[in-house]
Amino acid sequence: MSDTTVLSSHGAVSAGQQHPLFHLPGEHHPENGTLLGFWLYLMSDCLVFACLFAVYAVLGRNFAAGPSGADLFDLRLVALNTAFLLFSSITYGFAMIEMQRKRMGATMAWLAITALFGAAFISVELYEFAHLIHEGAVPQRSAFLSSFFALVGTHGLHVTFGLVWLVVLSVQLAKRGFIPENRRRLMCLSMFWHFLDVVWIGVFTFVYLMGVLP
Amino acid sequence: MLDHLDLTKLVFGRLTWEAIPLHEPILLFTFIAVVLGGVAVLGAITYFRVWGTLWRDWITSIDHKKIGIMYIILGLVMLLRGFSDAIMMRAQQAFAFGDNAGFLPPHHYDQIFTAHGVIMIFFVAMPLVTGLMNFVVPLQIGARDVAFPFLNNFSFWMTTFGAGLVMASLFVGEFARTGWLAYPPLSGLEFSPDVGVDYYIWSLQIAGVGTLLSGINLIATIVKMRAPGMSLMRMPVFTWTALCTNILIVAAFPVLTAVLALLSLDRYVGTNFFTNDFGGNAMMYVNLIWIWGHPEVYILILPAFGVFSEVVATFCGKRLFGYASMVYATLVITILSYLVWLHHFFTMGSGASVNSFFGITTMIISIPTGAKIFNWLFTMYKGRIRFELPMMWTIAFMITFVIGGMTGVLLAVPPADFVLHNSLFLIAHFHNVIIGGVLFGLLAGITYWYPKAFGYKLDEFWGKCSFWFWVVGFYFAFMPLYVLGLMGVTRRLSHFEDPSYQIWFQIAAFGAVLIALGIGCFLIQLVVSYVRRDSLRDLSGDPWDGRTLEWSTSSPPPAYNFAFTPRVYDNDAWTYMKKHGYVRPLEGFIPIHMPKNTGAGFIIAGLAAACGFTLIWQMWLPAGLSFVAMLLAVIIHTFNYKRDYHIPTEEVVRTEGARTRLLAGHV
Amino acid sequence: MSAHNEHAAHGGHGDHHDDHDDGAPHATVKGYLTGFILSVILTAIPFWIVMGNVFDKSSTTAFVILAFAAVQIVVHMIYFLHMNAKSEHGWTMLALIFTVVVVVITLSGSLWVMYHMNHNMIPGMMNETHKMP
Repeated sequence: MSDTTVLSSHGAVSAGQQHPLFHLPGEHHPENGTLLGFWLYLMSDCLVFACLFAVYAVLGRNFAAGPSGADLFDLRLVALNTAFLLFSSITYGFAMIEMQRKRMGATMAWLAITALFGAAFISVELYEFAHLIHEGAVPQRSAFLSSFFALVGTHGLHVTFGLVWLVVLSVQLAKRGFIPENRRRLMCLSMFWHFLDVVWIGVFTFVYLMGVLP
Repeated sequence: MLDHLDLTKLVFGRLTWEAIPLHEPILLFTFIAVVLGGVAVLGAITYFRVWGTLWRDWITSIDHKKIGIMYIILGLVMLLRGFSDAIMMRAQQAFAFGDNAGFLPPHHYDQIFTAHGVIMIFFVAMPLVTGLMNFVVPLQIGARDVAFPFLNNFSFWMTTFGAGLVMASLFVGEFARTGWLAYPPLSGLEFSPDVGVDYYIWSLQIAGVGTLLSGINLIATIVKMRAPGMSLMRMPVFTWTALCTNILIVAAFPVLTAVLALLSLDRYVGTNFFTNDFGGNAMMYVNLIWIWGHPEVYILILPAFGVFSEVVATFCGKRLFGYASMVYATLVITILSYLVWLHHFFTMGSGASVNSFFGITTMIISIPTGAKIFNWLFTMYKGRIRFELPMMWTIAFMITFVIGGMTGVLLAVPPADFVLHNSLFLIAHFHNVIIGGVLFGLLAGITYWYPKAFGYKLDEFWGKCSFWFWVVGFYFAFMPLYVLGLMGVTRRLSHFEDPSYQIWFQIAAFGAVLIALGIGCFLIQLVVSYVRRDSLRDLSGDPWDGRTLEWSTSSPPPAYNFAFTPRVYDNDAWTYMKKHGYVRPLEGFIPIHMPKNTGAGFIIAGLAAACGFTLIWQMWLPAGLSFVAMLLAVIIHTFNYKRDYHIPTEEVVRTEGARTRLLAGHV
Repeated sequence: MSAHNEHAAHGGHGDHHDDHDDGAPHATVKGYLTGFILSVILTAIPFWIVMGNVFDKSSTTAFVILAFAAVQIVVHMIYFLHMNAKSEHGWTMLALIFTVVVVVITLSGSLWVMYHMNHNMIPGMMNETHKMP
């Protein structure tokens, strides 16, 4: 019958038996899959954006005798927004460093600053959209505008959702501190937030900068 | 007065009593039958006082085995609905010639073929495949559950509520009349202003989220939770195909989500992605939907290939021939499936260079599948073949699928496709591969793993009846369609003028009747097996002399699967264990860490479905409220940190002791 | 690539390890600042190229700013997302490579197919020099 000798290494032949040990005597701790799982989700989100970029690439010059990017885009505003998002990326990075140092107050402070930058980004974008709509450049006007609003709007929705997540996570941090579960959630949000900045690089290059080119 | 009117519109949208089709006798009859049946089921549950059990042990279960079983139940129930649509179509087409208009007006017939396709792909094949992978993969890799058990439960309910929305369209409003892929401009606001396409969009979006999360879940499970010693190249082939299938899911379903979202924007907001004017381009929809659509069919077939690999090895008593080449073939298919999509619209004018490229890639992708067929044949060669039902399904698959595959390669030649595109030849081809490949594989898998799931084998006599009706029925139902396609008959037609077609449609209808008998025999098989379960009992846990780890557990396995995590040294881990003197441990048990059941998945998915329903009917206020409620439910769920518990040692001792006694008494 | 852990029987989980065993790479202030400075430069130059009309041909401009975008994305991946071949035993990198391949196929495939289809099937598009965005 099998004995209960705890093995120090796996795969060794158990004492007093000719055959190898076919089970782990102790509890098996598979590595936590949350970070990989979230990364895989981000890859799928990448594909959603890829589709929206593809649609913009194909339909983005179909102005239907309406306004084009050159007519509409204010690159200074876009530059400002890009700055907001880039700053928010680095402030989130600082929050993660403070998390590593287990400093709750500093972490929360940097998260709050990140949220402010994120909120600023959304506000500017809402202002931009409102202005476009006011000018008659509504999503229904042309395929170009439909694609524009869909792509930039989806990115904005993601940022908004990220902000909601950030607030909820801050509450959870305050309640339970730096437990492993919360650290994992912060790392997931970190990946999410930086990923949104990566998508924005594509947006400001492909939509705005190329959009104003003749 | 004006305010009151606005509030009604805000709450009820375009939902009125006219939405219930009281004037259509077929639907009315179906509705009454469903209500009576539903009342009977609910009454029985109440009478036997099992609501609590249902909620605690099934609805809120995060156990991959229970979720897998529920997926398969969903798939089989929806098979009955999807098949009813098929029978109706066959009946209509067998008789609607010349003056005879048949019994289904085009308005109804168009919904039937749309629903048939949507249901069969999304709510029969996908759930059955997902269910099988869910049940089997954690057991095969020696794990206790999947990586994200709560997400698994949530994914199941999202799929089920998606199916619920499609079923609701039968009785409240109507379904899309666009075909299962809902091409614009037909599916756009101008030509389909009614709720049908909206039902289509929201049921697929909801089910799609469930599927995507399930894909992430199973990849993380396979990557992270394999038993010690099980390297990638020691995984069972079914697990390999499951891994590749889920990679395809994660890489393809986002495209479907995006495209349907854009279509819904066109319909709800008036954007111009796929319209005929203002710069829209309907072909972009076709292009994107097939970028999803082609990987989708590989999502369906790869698990079936995995089943066949397991079945052939087991029932020939031999190690699978060419394991490494099977793995590489699966990986190659996974990657190549992204390079063939245009073959679904060769006729849309992309030109010679584009068509040639995709025609060639389509032909190339048949090669790895051919390699698999050879590997199975070589496994059978000089093996001791046992013609149990799973093996019979496998042989039927090999013949049938190869025929279907060859007609696929024929269609891959663009000039041939110019003639055959959207003819019944195409319909015959894809039913050939889906029924011959996916369905036969699923029936083989269900028969093969049924004893593991329920503790008793399926009755062999009724299984063989079902098998023969299915196989013979399939050939009668679909070979005539090849002939009709070559004669020039287009798909999706409900009425014909040329009487020379009729005999072929009648043969096909006869085939459909045989398949109906096949399904009937399968249902009888389930009932008879349950009644005879004591004589069919699987006491050892290894009724087929299996080769992989799931057969080392009891039938059914305990909640925790393995009292001790297995240690793996080779492929066919269980065969290796049996050969090298494996003795089941009888002591040294420890408490086992398990995830807790939860109702959160059911609730959140229910709110998502409510949101979908209210969006379909443009009931803006309830839609907004249900969306907010859904978000709140999600946020509240994230505040629940107590999601696990330990099974105490005493309980493990009791469970394992019971199995020890069972095994001792049985031998 | 087996996923096993060498924990002998102890009642708790492996969660009392320090951050490194969470699977997350170690972030540093220097890393973030380097990434930030690089990103600022890689953003400012494209904006300057477009707003200042530096090149004559739009296609040159487009090519250059897309190249800058690609580089900046890599910078973000390395310095902000801590992308490396070791994370999750290489699965993170593999998933990223696969995703990039599918994204490239989706984008280039769609453009190629739609370009040809539009030119063959839409009257009046035959002779125009169809500008790609």
